[in-house]
Amino acid sequence: MNTIKIAVASGKGGTGKTMVATSLAACLDKYYSVQFLDCDVEAPNAHLFLKPEIDSIQSAEILVPEVDQVACTGCGKCVEVCEFHALAQMGDQILLFPQLCHGCGSCQRVCPVNAIHEIPRKIGNLRSGKVRSGIRFHTGDLTISEPMPTPIIRQLKSRITNETRITILDSPPGASCAVVATIHDADFVILVTEPTPFGLHDLKQMLGVLDQTGSPGGVIINRDGIGDVRVEDYLDQTSCPVMMKIPYQAEIAVGLAKGKILSDFIPQYQSEFLNLYKKILEMIEDKEQVGA
Amino acid sequence: MIAKMQTGKAKQCVILSGKGGTGKTSISASLMHLSSQNISGVYVDADVDAANLALVTAAVPQETHEFSGSKLAVIDPLFCSSCGSCFDVCRYDAIQEPVKEQASYQVIDLLCDGCAACVHACPESAIRMVVQQDGEWYHSISAYGDLFHAELFPAAENTGKLVTTIKQEAVSFAEKHQIPLIIVDGPPGIGCPVISASTGADLALLVAEPGVSGKHDLERIIQTLEHLKIPILICINKYDIYPEGTDAIKRLANSYGYQIIGEIPFDDAIPNAMVQAKPVTEFAPESPASLAIQKICEVILPVLFSDGGNL
Amino acid sequence: MIIMISSKGETLQSQPNLRFGRAPFFIEYNLSDDAWTAQRNEAVKESSGAGVSTSQYIINQQASAVISGNFGPNAQRALSYAGIKMLTFDDTYKTIQSVIEGFKSNRLEEF
Repeated sequence: MNTIKIAVASGKGGTGKTMVATSLAACLDKYYSVQFLDCDVEAPNAHLFLKPEIDSIQSAEILVPEVDQVACTGCGKCVEVCEFHALAQMGDQILLFPQLCHGCGSCQRVCPVNAIHEIPRKIGNLRSGKVRSGIRFHTGDLTISEPMPTPIIRQLKSRITNETRITILDSPPGASCAVVATIHDADFVILVTEPTPFGLHDLKQMLGVLDQTGSPGGVIINRDGIGDVRVEDYLDQTSCPVMMKIPYQAEIAVGLAKGKILSDFIPQYQSEFLNLYKKILEMIEDKEQVGA
Repeated sequence: MIAKMQTGKAKQCVILSGKGGTGKTSISASLMHLSSQNISGVYVDADVDAANLALVTAAVPQETHEFSGSKLAVIDPLFCSSCGSCFDVCRYDAIQEPVKEQASYQVIDLLCDGCAACVHACPESAIRMVVQQDGEWYHSISAYGDLFHAELFPAAENTGKLVTTIKQEAVSFAEKHQIPLIIVDGPPGIGCPVISASTGADLALLVAEPGVSGKHDLERIIQTLEHLKIPILICINKYDIYPEGTDAIKRLANSYGYQIIGEIPFDDAIPNAMVQAKPVTEFAPESPASLAIQKICEVILPVLFSDGGNL
Repeated sequence: MIIMISSKGETLQSQPNLRFGRAPFFIEYNLSDDAWTAQRNEAVKESSGAGVSTSQYIINQQASAVISGNFGPNAQRALSYAGIKMLTFDDTYKTIQSVIEGFKSNRLEEF
């Protein structure tokens, strides 16, 4: 049995991904085993709502080259081979620029005298723990000034266990490589948007991403009522349905500001999120039958 | 009134938040509108995978440029001997094993990091790297001045380089035309695109929102900017939705030695203005949000243009 | 002794380029005989590490000094490690020729 991976993404920041992801996890947790991954490692927030007890903290690391300057013959092959210009050569001295290094291992493999060894360099943290209700929780954070979140996201995802029925992935905002790393293998992607021109523009970006990943998706319109109907009109022309609408209410904004889970402080959402899950399962099955 | 550059380079202000959705773009558009009444400016939308500034500033593209740079590996099936060396070396799970024996291996484009490890591992030289177009960037004329913005193609890479590219274009343009001010609407987060958006800034305006997430992420962006040694001013948007949260933000700011220079109330004039494709200060100049943003503008500009800044 | 100057164009009358890493050209000037060449900077096309790869190019040319408007942190590290002097000009220098004269009369600032 494979875990069912549901990712929550948005394109535009601040639309309510974490609100949806944490509520969905909390609701489903009453009936199924759930694991939650906060993949927004630049600005992780889910722990503020789910409040896990962390039982493991590990360094998130990337492998970077260390050159044995004595063994190095100055042939320059490592410098040549590095696509990211993370190495420079001064005579027979090799200089590493660690923040440019992607940890691909090419330099080490190409060195004709085995003068390069790879050593781990810390770029952040991986934390795991348990939410009191039973949800297995995993999060990460990127060390301040480090540029690349994607390696941490990959390492986080390696903690997914197939024995757990449902996996919820809280994605970073945007539509580029960190988001792709989070959602590319999701069975379903929930796109959270707001009914405004900014929401629509950024939603279109995400629909473009889903075209490439091939996952089925559905939209939640959050803060319904603050803008106009263009998002809904647009979605009518796509195969991505509006699955839920959450109206703008000051009460919701305040509850979230206090760090509360939506389905906890407005219990009517419990059945809504369960229904959402049922619709998601139907759409996943439909997609499988079509044999995408 | 500063119509032309006094000496040397334009002054650069970047607008950031850490957390997404706090109102950076709405405030950037309003600052463009307000500042342009007294100071010529050049503007940059550095949030290239969710580029919204052009939507509310009547931007008309004058030039479109292709943006390329990332590379993808491509395996030529005619030369592939199915040895699997590429699969063995790829650390990004971007090589797909063939379903049928002796069929060719294939690259999964979405996951390919562009490292070329497979190219060097392939004994048949069957793999090459192909440059991709990652997006487009535009030089537009907005209602307030020249705007440099971009659209990253969905799922593309190289966000940081695209941000750097449009910023450099803006800086060159400002130099050439002696324009004294550059406003950069920044992306959410703290990683590479934020670092690229912030490099060269004389000042960062942080837009905070009250609440546990807003406070947590504000601290991360403060730490990032301190690391980059960029001076910070902080304002709070939607301050009235949760007063205890606003107080917590003020305490956080003070603990780092910063003052709050403005507080903007929750105001539906902001989304209403967005729907009308205008900055709120133009659409509803007497609205509470507009009045608050006006006051913020009156603080930022003198700080930006003073010599040596008192922050 | 060889010095290299980041340039927008290929002649001594070209405007100096304030940025180092993605300068389109470098003028390589030999102080011993006043011979010079214009070279295209291949790092312009690179998606990342332009500062490093441009520095590598300068190192490979065996220059003693490089002159630009500004040097980013990676370029600073690479060039100082290699013992190459970094000097700067500001926007009052309108031609490569004027930068060379500035260098010869010790008017340029060390970075």
